[in-house]
Amino acid sequence: MKKQYNTNYDQSFEQCVKCTVCTVYCPVAAVNPDYPGPKQAGPDLERYRLKNPRFYDDTLDLCLNCKRCEVACPSNVRIGDIILSARLKYSTKRPKLREYMLANTDVMGSMATTFAPLVNTSLSLSPVKKVMDRVLAIDHHRTMPSYSSQKFETWYKRHARAEQESFARGVSYFHGCYVNYNHPKQGQDLVKVLNAIGYGVHLLQKEKCCGVALISNKMKAQARRQAEVNMTSIRESVAAGRPVLTTSSTCTFTMRDEYPHVLGIDNSDVREQIVLATKFIFEAVDAGRVKLAFREDYRKRIAYHTPCHMEKLGWSIYSTSLLRMIPGVEFVMLDSQCCGIAGTYGFKRENYSYSQKIGEPLFRQIKSLGVDLVATDCETCKWQIEMSAGVTVENPISILADALDVEQTMKLNK
Amino acid sequence: MEIITKKSQYDVIVIGGGITGAGTARDCAMRGLRTLLVERLDLTNGATGRNHGLLHSGARYAVTDGESATECIKENMILRRIARHCVEQTDGLFVTLPEDDLGFQNTFIEACTRAGIRAEAIDPAEARRLEPSVNPSLIGAVRVPDGSVDPFRLTTANALDARLHGAEVMTYHEVVGFIKDGRRVVGVRLRNRYTKAESEAYASITVNAGGIWGHRIAEMAGAVVNMFPAKGALLIFGHRVNNMVLNRCRKPADADILVPGDTISLIGTTSSRVPYDEIDDLQVTPDEVNLLLREGQKLAPSLAQTRILRAYSGVRPLVAADNDVSGRSISRGIVCLDHETRDDIPGFITITGGKLMTYRLMAEWATDLVCKKLNIDKQCQTAEVCLPGSAYDEEQPSDKETITPIPSIGTRAAEGRHGSMSKKISADNRYDRSLVCECEAVSIGEVDYAIKQLRVQNLINLRRRTRVGMGTCQGELCACRAAGLLGKANGCAQKAQKDLAMFLNERWRGMYPVAWGDTLCETQFTSWVYEGVCGLDKFAEE
Repeated sequence: MKKQYNTNYDQSFEQCVKCTVCTVYCPVAAVNPDYPGPKQAGPDLERYRLKNPRFYDDTLDLCLNCKRCEVACPSNVRIGDIILSARLKYSTKRPKLREYMLANTDVMGSMATTFAPLVNTSLSLSPVKKVMDRVLAIDHHRTMPSYSSQKFETWYKRHARAEQESFARGVSYFHGCYVNYNHPKQGQDLVKVLNAIGYGVHLLQKEKCCGVALISNKMKAQARRQAEVNMTSIRESVAAGRPVLTTSSTCTFTMRDEYPHVLGIDNSDVREQIVLATKFIFEAVDAGRVKLAFREDYRKRIAYHTPCHMEKLGWSIYSTSLLRMIPGVEFVMLDSQCCGIAGTYGFKRENYSYSQKIGEPLFRQIKSLGVDLVATDCETCKWQIEMSAGVTVENPISILADALDVEQTMKLNK
Repeated sequence: MEIITKKSQYDVIVIGGGITGAGTARDCAMRGLRTLLVERLDLTNGATGRNHGLLHSGARYAVTDGESATECIKENMILRRIARHCVEQTDGLFVTLPEDDLGFQNTFIEACTRAGIRAEAIDPAEARRLEPSVNPSLIGAVRVPDGSVDPFRLTTANALDARLHGAEVMTYHEVVGFIKDGRRVVGVRLRNRYTKAESEAYASITVNAGGIWGHRIAEMAGAVVNMFPAKGALLIFGHRVNNMVLNRCRKPADADILVPGDTISLIGTTSSRVPYDEIDDLQVTPDEVNLLLREGQKLAPSLAQTRILRAYSGVRPLVAADNDVSGRSISRGIVCLDHETRDDIPGFITITGGKLMTYRLMAEWATDLVCKKLNIDKQCQTAEVCLPGSAYDEEQPSDKETITPIPSIGTRAAEGRHGSMSKKISADNRYDRSLVCECEAVSIGEVDYAIKQLRVQNLINLRRRTRVGMGTCQGELCACRAAGLLGKANGCAQKAQKDLAMFLNERWRGMYPVAWGDTLCETQFTSWVYEGVCGLDKFAEE
């Protein structure tokens, strides 16, 4: 059914039959009675906001944009998009220094990597955290992600770029801020795995932060600018026959769905070419184009956590199927529920306690299972679970890289 | 004059709880008359609750009926002041589409100017900017001071003010006969619609403000007032498509007004004569729905994709010019009949014709005549004194208010519905703040206020006084909650159950003519909930 016609707003709210199942699945409504829940904040109040923008209120900031409401909705109402768009359109709260710092992941990352040891040490100091809490309202309980002293891009240029042309097939890698500034190893792992199965890994002509944090911190104009840069590079890559792979479910989701729905950027020509690496690899294996060989001595009990945006993409099946292919993996599927951090949301002092309450059942389940590792496709879920459940969390690609018998795999894919 | 000190003795009895009756009761009460307002059903049950809710600037009548236009613009300006909380000052556009004659625009503007209506031609591009929903292919637009007015609120506020000035209001009391002394009407016999109990009320003057039903009322008193029922159908859309009233700049025709009203938009109307015996059972036909949609889309193309909540129709009381029984000469203006001079029936007055916009003036004319007959020399004040809810004496919102906690959505929505009276609605605790109707944000506190202050006995009363059940879900979630509250207030669960079944049937009646797409899904879901889960169908059969 075509719903859009000559309107400058998303009319999907009209499809709501008021069944309220979205609110049942909302992680915030379950722990914070101040939040009216997705049904009211989304389709119900959208009618009032169309009547008069003064019916917008800041309780919508309590939405963590997990989109679980949209997954639950039987009527295809884009509830999360409606709420997010309302925040961007009507909120009169301007982003403060904290929002700029949290949202500008690449500016902060570039600065921090230069002085990584110093930054990491100071960010872990309790007095520094107290000051950040007081001045910036970034909660002092939070463990800040540590920065790498060498960016992934730098490593790539020095150690990997040269060989990539030698592969007959190639992909582009949208590494994202986390891989670039905090955890280059995840990117290195992807290069290792893809090279082993016969794909060269290239970087995009120009990569900017996908903008997810800018969107949720109401910096729409900047998010749009960065999105345009990314779209230009993605189109170039696709035109050159290289699909764009990612290792972060949130970056993927943002570029595929938030760009058109929230930023109004049409990506329909290349959307299907923006895929998570696990999906790309699984489909190649499944179709018999690629074979994998694993180390015999790899033994791990691994639980998989489904990030909210992975749930929205409907793609956790690819990551978990890949993990299940590893003979030495004893696989446990965790209940699909929000971990509570939602990117920059859980860093904010006003949200911290709710963030932890939301994740509590998940942390409890993880602790009860006695696993070696938790696998997940989202970096902020990783920070949250590592901090709150006390286990190591890895991206499925890193686990794959660790378990792979590289030489054997290369031979199989010659 | 003989004075009977009996409880049911009044100076004036006003028959009809529409806007004219409520306005007349208010005017009478404000001039110190002992007043009784009687209504056979609920306030606003007739044409008052079944129209566009358009705050006419008069522009629509300017070319064809200059007198009505002048009356409209005067009353328009008065209502903006005395009924602020019932009115939205949206302004309106009269648009010329490619199929219309652009030459009409000049005639139109000149006629508006003559009638005292501000009308300025604006560039089509400017019109698209002001009202993005307008048909982008328009070739001309004129901006006029149209707006929207909520007839439910307006009537409620008039009835409430009448009571505050000492009037008595009896709803669900039907006039079944007149009490006469010779030819003089000295009172009415009333029948309670629920208990069937009959009672009598006496007054020096009885005013017939029964709208289209006034025909029968006059008949009962022995007078002939010829009325011709003209049915008009309208469609309600699920949300506000437009924020300015949209009209076609041409001679008035079918389905050429799109009005934004509260959270919804309304397209209308059709116009067709119906036999008098059908006025209590009107159906909206598929042809009418088609016509409304086809013409409506010409004003705002997005209507084609917008969910339609329901269809309804009302009856315009067209009055034949006095003594013309043929009905050829129809008066569109106000008709105030003194049956003493006209039919030799002293003590009886009929006020009819006119329109929602001129109700206050109609009330003034009728009350002037009542006063004249009672030898009372009191000036009409209804054009100056604000209605309850629109009072000006409250403190204006200051900048400080922005830092106080934001009131709940129910509180803010109720402010729009009850104006300054919304201060009487409790929002002190979570229970009172919690919502009964989620689509229209009606809180338990507001329902409570309506039950106690606004004469609410059943769900239909409640819907008209608040907006319970008027939103997207048409009662799916709110009806049972509201029925629960009413059951508690009336101390009878069984009556509440029956009321619930009736209410849902009434909602379905309006959805049936437009039951496709999302509206059909909604009704299906509603029937699962109420029939499948609650077993309400079994109860309804009993």
